Amino acid sequence: MARVVVDTGPLARVEGEGSLVIEADGANVTDVKLNIFEPPRFFEGLLRGRRVEEVPDIVSRICGICPVAYQVSSLNAFEELFGIEVDEEVRRLRRILYYGEWIESHALHIYMLAAPDFIRAPDVVALAKKDPELVKRALAMKRLGNDLMSAVGGREIHPVSLKIGGIFRAPSKETLAALTPELNRLRKSVQSMAAFVSSLDKPKLKRDVTLVSLRDQARYAIDRGEIVSNRGSRIPPSGYEDNFIEHQVDYSNALHSRTKEGMTYMVGPMARYNLNFAQLHSVAKAMAKDLDIEPPLTDPFQSISVRAVEIAHSLEEVAAEIEQYTKPAHSSVPYKIKPGVCYGVSEAPRGILYHSYVVNGRGQVERAKIVPPTAQNQARMEDDVRLLAPEIIRSDPTEARRLSEMAVRNYDPCISCATHFLKLEIRNAS
Amino acid sequence: MMLAKPKLGVFKFSSCDGCQLSILDAERELLALLDKVDLAEFLEASSARMDPPYDLALVEGSISTQEEVERIVRIRKESKILVSIGACATAGGLQALRNWSKLGLLESAVYPEPKVARALEMAFPVSDFVAVDFELRGCPVNKAQLLQFLATVLRGAKPRLPRNAVCFECKRAGNACLVVAGGTPCLGPVTSAGCGAMCPSYGRGCFGCFGPSNDVNLDSYASWLEAHGVEHSLVESLVKGANSQSTEFRRWLEKHG
Repeated sequence: MARVVVDTGPLARVEGEGSLVIEADGANVTDVKLNIFEPPRFFEGLLRGRRVEEVPDIVSRICGICPVAYQVSSLNAFEELFGIEVDEEVRRLRRILYYGEWIESHALHIYMLAAPDFIRAPDVVALAKKDPELVKRALAMKRLGNDLMSAVGGREIHPVSLKIGGIFRAPSKETLAALTPELNRLRKSVQSMAAFVSSLDKPKLKRDVTLVSLRDQARYAIDRGEIVSNRGSRIPPSGYEDNFIEHQVDYSNALHSRTKEGMTYMVGPMARYNLNFAQLHSVAKAMAKDLDIEPPLTDPFQSISVRAVEIAHSLEEVAAEIEQYTKPAHSSVPYKIKPGVCYGVSEAPRGILYHSYVVNGRGQVERAKIVPPTAQNQARMEDDVRLLAPEIIRSDPTEARRLSEMAVRNYDPCISCATHFLKLEIRNAS
Repeated sequence: MMLAKPKLGVFKFSSCDGCQLSILDAERELLALLDKVDLAEFLEASSARMDPPYDLALVEGSISTQEEVERIVRIRKESKILVSIGACATAGGLQALRNWSKLGLLESAVYPEPKVARALEMAFPVSDFVAVDFELRGCPVNKAQLLQFLATVLRGAKPRLPRNAVCFECKRAGNACLVVAGGTPCLGPVTSAGCGAMCPSYGRGCFGCFGPSNDVNLDSYASWLEAHGVEHSLVESLVKGANSQSTEFRRWLEKHG
């Protein structure tokens, strides 16, 4: 029998280069492979020998969509090693910057990357033709996220203000307060965002999934925390590499992560949401209730709704942070370099971003290890596609492609160290 | 008769996505911009594609694989105006730092055409392979400069891309000179304007995101810094950033790195 190959061409609206191959024998799915052929950029290698002060600016260049996450994870690592207590107001500024990144990235995902799938359109331009007011609100939300980042960091992509021990220059209270009117306007508009995500016709997928996120006693985890899972594990950042193992697979340039028990797992908004729901702002909890998605929630097609809830939460938190902010007397604290091994984690928009460094006595990096959220999610994406495969195979080619792409896009993959194609091939072997 | 809209292609090579994201980050101008062009290819934003040729191609990222070499040659043939955007496309980006590793140097010595033979081992600016009509510098590009550039080019006018030093912007921003007043190493005097002197305005030295300025004399400035107590290794690590494959920075690194 001839092999039937369906090749639907490039996948847009993700940051990553890969191909999805589904092999089937009749109605039985025999294999699912998500190939990533991003050109490797060797950041971990080129960090060797660089001074620790340079690291936050170097690692931010790994990703133009979540540079703050890279900066904060590296700062957490070095500041713990050097025993630095960062000023509380500086921490607040870093959180405002980080909430800005969440808002921008989630708005980008919801309206520009994911929404076109649900309405079977190629892009946000098509959405704008259908509902210009909606897209105007969407762009305003994304703009606010970027404005928050610029107010603290100078610019939204690769901000320049963060440094080990603090911040190069703390903004005045007035600079931040200038964003409050727009912030308040958008806080009042979150109902329309909820109505929009609720209106989308979402596929459904039941699954048993391991969820892993940070937990911070002080707040819904964002800039720091210990690592927890819905299987009951609780580990400090230094225990990450003992509990999560990276595997190389022959068809992908990106490493796959599994738990030490060999399970695939999911990081990102849905993991945070299930594990830290109690710490969400009441406005966000109310939105979750209205959307009828209160935890436990594991259907990956609800990721878009969870991102909307996290935007609502971030808007409330950032409003309170700006209200409480007082410009610190000292924007950074002096420190002495100490050699040693250090670990830093934070919650990038797409999930846990783990860094570890070996620092020598001259303050240079001897070894760097970085595990981005998308690498952790990759094997889980394959599992989701595997669960959906019977439906994918039954569907016509257009629908098969849409469904497969959505299953991947639920994770908002940021294989951003490369983009281009995701080719879908369904090979029917016998 | 209605004139067809210009066909815009946005292409990504080895990079972080940040420069093309700058287009989507132009929230106030985005819909107006997309109304003026036909989006022939912009994978980060749209699954719709049109066949080449392209009137305007924006290229992000450095060339670091054999496939990328073939792809950029093809896109050049298919494009009327080809523009490199950002430090990766114009000067290699941070991933080109591997060119300074022993492996990279060794291979340049061994292979007659190392760029083509072992492209995977090194990363290069777009202009090393094809003719480039304009270069927008920066890591990332400046969004305002990008928009102004697009508005100008789409009207058929010739864009202005100033390449004077960051110092000009820094003076206009009213900053005290970090080098003279504070002894802080700063690449501002040898770096192209474009960022609005952002880092000096934050009280930190420029680390060269926009690459070399016009008529730069890095030899002279670097030895001045060193004569004023800045360690050579510090100067070297500043120059060995996102623009290490620009002609001027590369030449200095080959001599002094």
